[in-house]
Amino acid sequence: MTKPLVMAAITAALLNSSPALADSETEAMKQQLDALKKEYGQAIKALEDRLLKAEQSAQQANDQAQELAIKVEQSKASQPVSSGQNSFNPAISLILDGRFASFDNDPEDYEIPGFALGNEAGLREKGFAVGHSELTMSANIDDKFFGKMTLAFDDHDGEVETELEEAFIQTLALGHGLNIKAGRFLSEIGYLNQQHAHTWDFADAPLIYRGLFGDQLIDDGVQMTWLAPTELFLQVGTELFSGSRFPAGGRTNGIGAWTAFAHVGGDIGIEHSWQLGLSHWEANDVEGRESGGHEHGGEETETPSFSGDSEINALSLVYKWAPNGNPKNQQLKFQFEYFDRDEDGEVVMLNSGTPPEMTSYDGDQKGWYAQTIYKFKPQWQVGLRYDLLDSNNRGSDADVLAEAGLDNENHDPERYSASIDWLPSEFSRLRLQYNQDKSYGETDHQIFLQYTMSLGSHGAHQF
Amino acid sequence: MFDQLKKRHWLTVLLLTLCSNIANAQLNIFACEPEWAALARALAGDGAKVYSATTDQQDPHHIQARPSLIAKVRRADLLVCTGAELEVGWLPLLLRKAGNAKVQAGQVGYFMATDHVSMLEKPTVLDRSLGDIHAAGNPHVHLDPFRVQKIAVALVSSLVKIDPSNEKDYQENLRTFTLEWRNAIAQWEKQAERLRGKRIVVNHNNWVYLERWLGLERLAVLEARPGIAPSSSHLAEVLTQLSTNPAEMILLAGYQNDKPALWLSKKTGLRVVSLPFSPSHEENLVDWFNSLLQPLLSADS
Repeated sequence: MTKPLVMAAITAALLNSSPALADSETEAMKQQLDALKKEYGQAIKALEDRLLKAEQSAQQANDQAQELAIKVEQSKASQPVSSGQNSFNPAISLILDGRFASFDNDPEDYEIPGFALGNEAGLREKGFAVGHSELTMSANIDDKFFGKMTLAFDDHDGEVETELEEAFIQTLALGHGLNIKAGRFLSEIGYLNQQHAHTWDFADAPLIYRGLFGDQLIDDGVQMTWLAPTELFLQVGTELFSGSRFPAGGRTNGIGAWTAFAHVGGDIGIEHSWQLGLSHWEANDVEGRESGGHEHGGEETETPSFSGDSEINALSLVYKWAPNGNPKNQQLKFQFEYFDRDEDGEVVMLNSGTPPEMTSYDGDQKGWYAQTIYKFKPQWQVGLRYDLLDSNNRGSDADVLAEAGLDNENHDPERYSASIDWLPSEFSRLRLQYNQDKSYGETDHQIFLQYTMSLGSHGAHQF
Repeated sequence: MFDQLKKRHWLTVLLLTLCSNIANAQLNIFACEPEWAALARALAGDGAKVYSATTDQQDPHHIQARPSLIAKVRRADLLVCTGAELEVGWLPLLLRKAGNAKVQAGQVGYFMATDHVSMLEKPTVLDRSLGDIHAAGNPHVHLDPFRVQKIAVALVSSLVKIDPSNEKDYQENLRTFTLEWRNAIAQWEKQAERLRGKRIVVNHNNWVYLERWLGLERLAVLEARPGIAPSSSHLAEVLTQLSTNPAEMILLAGYQNDKPALWLSKKTGLRVVSLPFSPSHEENLVDWFNSLLQPLLSADS
């Protein structure tokens, strides 16, 4: 009885032990193999490292030889002056602008019925004239600030006027998409407003800009913008202005005018890009905003002066297309803007005797333009633009309103423009432009021949 | 008024969540040109999201500061660009508008490749009548593989500074890249040996580093002044010059206007070799250099 039991036990032990024996052997072999692998691996790595080192020293020798060759090449000629990001510090750029203008009507008679013109609004001189020359200096001040100043030189009736167009500082290092700008700068209202006149695609401002801002809205103040950390470009911002400049007026103690704006933009594939903007400008308690006056045969000029509340809402859309996303060779640009201004207050005619003529004023002025620029060859582009304005102003005294130029005379001002530009390089441009201008009752045919040249440092242009 | 405040409150919460999501995300690298995007991908590995501002079909001198680019720079941890004024027409504006402190000039996140290598063709006279010249020298350094190697080393040290926790990975990536790059260079140099001394005409003077590396001899440039389209009188001059001293091929970057080169080719019978000036979408540097050399080698055979 015990024998078979012992046998079974031995068999079982044998059966169990033999695989155990085999296991330990393979384990040992495995370990040996691993050790070998490790050893070889290290050896290979060491070899690789040596190879890399050898190659690196070979490359160093090569580099040294190359460097020597470069040094020899450079020593043949004197070194130019260059440092940092830019060859000039601060970057200085000068814009030269000159034009020949031909008008059928007398430019002095220019008006836009329903819009009391002010600031730079109006047609410039007939014939040859130097236009709007600009001198710009800009630089990163340190790692935290950027600064820029633009002086504009204009010739008015033989007298050269220098205007401080821009003088601002801007933060660089706030992070989190925040930027603050302070000083005098071009407001972010609309789309074209932030662009200097020399970058415009036509020789003159759109009619609505002329009618509302006298070409451009510039003021002193602070701007804050925030850019969302999103794939889509989404920027919101606000500006607080002194409100002392047209179309506000009368410096108040605090904030005379303010804006709020939002821009959204992006790309569609590689070839298309767009930007949509909404903006609002508001000036409450405008005091004595004067518009261009008119004379009554030798008498003192009667000038309309507006006091009250004013607000503007604007919508802008820009779309660009370039084959392969390469605008150097070909590009199509479409631009549309709409503005609407609401005003409430009174208009006084200055110098109209005592008591002065006056009227209550409830103004509603709006307008839009659309333009397309097609660059069909690297050095050539053509453009078309259409402007349309509309106003519906009311007041207690229709005669005074008419005298102030705020009566629309049952006429919707409009204008057709066509242009062709030759761009020999990115620094020069020659332009021929034709306008059929129906700003007022008598249609005017206008021709401009304009050159715009940029000297000095490259300016980066906005989208 | 209260309603408005409430709305604003919601907006803030929404934006804060967006911000925090982005803060936790991987390293965002904004490359100005595809070659630096390819290099950044090789060196930063999977831990990075690399975006190239331009494609191989775009002229990097003439890019517009588009809203989409500003939005990308806003979120970038590192900017990898050529520098030497190549991007001067758009990059400064992107930086000013983006409100991103990390990538401003002088910060660790502002990496300009040309700051790390020597440059050829430093002009002795800075005058725009000579065309759109770069004061620091010819910026197209990515066409010399040895300079690319140097830039790779510098880029890794920037990556380590920005993201020290992954230093080991970056060094390992550099090792892998360097080994592969070395082997590739040896192979290219062997293949291109027969190109040494080849006489070429180029459309725009942007091949100097390639010429120097391969020993090509440049006889003429179709653009008399860089960045300004060739004039017919200058083309005629080149034609007479070539009749006494003939070239063997005309080099052209893929994104350039090919009309002047084709005109010359018709007159002289010279072959126009169009080369990819930069890697195409997601292409790595070795593949791109292969595709750069292939047309040259086959044009020669």
